[in-house]
Amino acid sequence: MAQAVKLPLYDRHVALGAKMVEFAGFWMPVQYTGIIDEHVTCRETAGIFDLSHMGEFVVAGKGAGKALNKLVTNDVEKLAPGKALYTPICMPTAGIVDDILVYRDAEEEYMAVVNASNVKKDWEWLGARLGKGLSFENLSPSTVLVAVQGPQSEAIMSEAVGEDLGDLRYYEHRVAEIEETQVRLSRTGYTGEDGFEVYVDGSRGNEVWDVLYELTTGVGGVAVGLGARDTLRLEMKYCLYGNDIDETTTPLEAGIGWTVKMDKAEFVGKEALEKQKKEGLKRKLAGFVMVDQAIPRHGFDISDINGAKIGRVTSGSYSPSLKENIGLAYLDRPHDALGTEILVAVRSKPRLARVVDTPFLKLLGES
Amino acid sequence: MYPEELKYTDTHEWVKVDGKVATFGLTDHAQKELGDIVYLELPEVGRVLTAGGESGVVESVKAASDIYAPLAGKIVAVNDAAAQEPAVVNRDPYGAGWLVKLEMADPAEAAKLKTAAAYKEFIGE
Repeated sequence: MAQAVKLPLYDRHVALGAKMVEFAGFWMPVQYTGIIDEHVTCRETAGIFDLSHMGEFVVAGKGAGKALNKLVTNDVEKLAPGKALYTPICMPTAGIVDDILVYRDAEEEYMAVVNASNVKKDWEWLGARLGKGLSFENLSPSTVLVAVQGPQSEAIMSEAVGEDLGDLRYYEHRVAEIEETQVRLSRTGYTGEDGFEVYVDGSRGNEVWDVLYELTTGVGGVAVGLGARDTLRLEMKYCLYGNDIDETTTPLEAGIGWTVKMDKAEFVGKEALEKQKKEGLKRKLAGFVMVDQAIPRHGFDISDINGAKIGRVTSGSYSPSLKENIGLAYLDRPHDALGTEILVAVRSKPRLARVVDTPFLKLLGES
Repeated sequence: MYPEELKYTDTHEWVKVDGKVATFGLTDHAQKELGDIVYLELPEVGRVLTAGGESGVVESVKAASDIYAPLAGKIVAVNDAAAQEPAVVNRDPYGAGWLVKLEMADPAEAAKLKTAAAYKEFIGE
């Protein structure tokens, strides 16, 4: 069994007292000060994350956009240089290979950012289908990725790069400089807060982390691990590959149909998606809040109020912002309708829950 | 932190013996490993526990863990306040974070539990 890999910033996390775990073959910090503290501080102030486990591929050359467009559901040819988009990669069945970000750097130059757990799979899937004549490079091993998220992130990042970032809009990216090092800076994130992601060569990872960490903690922010990363994204109903989406789920079922551009001439999965759209969905990924006090977890069975099985939990946890137990599940229609009462089997006991609107954070605004 | 006057199990519970009654809870090591505790399910008063049997569940943000009865006996009290505010188990695992009080079936069994020194060695501290 292969040993987990230590990423460039490993020593920094250990020095901060992080609890390290093996994730997708890498040693990653799951928490530093505590999941709830990290989650709340990120939403109220700022959090800094090491995401170097994720994968980065560059696709370039004549026809790069056209070739990539055949493999993703969203439209990368319509992406202007300096912008990024979110898209699934689908199979012919419309099942999802991975959900990725695609950055356009130039007319025929793109960067794909993929999930850590799918780096090898995506490399092989895309590599086999992009065709010869294109340059396809894996920059993952040499790339450090640091995110700063939260209301103070713009102030922190502006200070770090020495520029006013007020004009860098959501899902835009540019080259910037931190600590005399060139970085890719994008206004993206997985928390639902304003935030930035910084891609830098691994040889300068520590220097860039140190600057951002000092600025983040200087305003009362904290380092945030994978534990709080999960609770933050769950509150936003952002899908986690392997939990909420996989090769057996389609983007339409997962509620990310907006990433599917049916007007594209062709892409892998188009026929299956058109068929599913025409026939109507049989199940849908829905958000629910527990009424009985129990925590829903991945894999727990869900039945309707009469005990008939209608689905299964894909993600679930305590929500530090809502102070409720929340979850996501594929529910057979029409049980995904808002307000539907469902029973979640927690340690073999049926516990009452209710389907709610998402993102869950929306619920905080109402009362 | 492992008070000398308590006894310990290798499933990370502490035990305080007071005549015929034993009180137990989770050790400092357990609460640190668990992280933020957000849910506690305690057994009902009157239930008879077997040594090593499941006696409740503790859940942190990331996962659920069983609590095991360190000794056999009948439950005479459970900490409802902790069930309402599970974070107290992180804050004060040996005091306000106590979980269950039971009337021991065999008080002699308590002597067989680990001492603080043995527990510290067990967890590698």
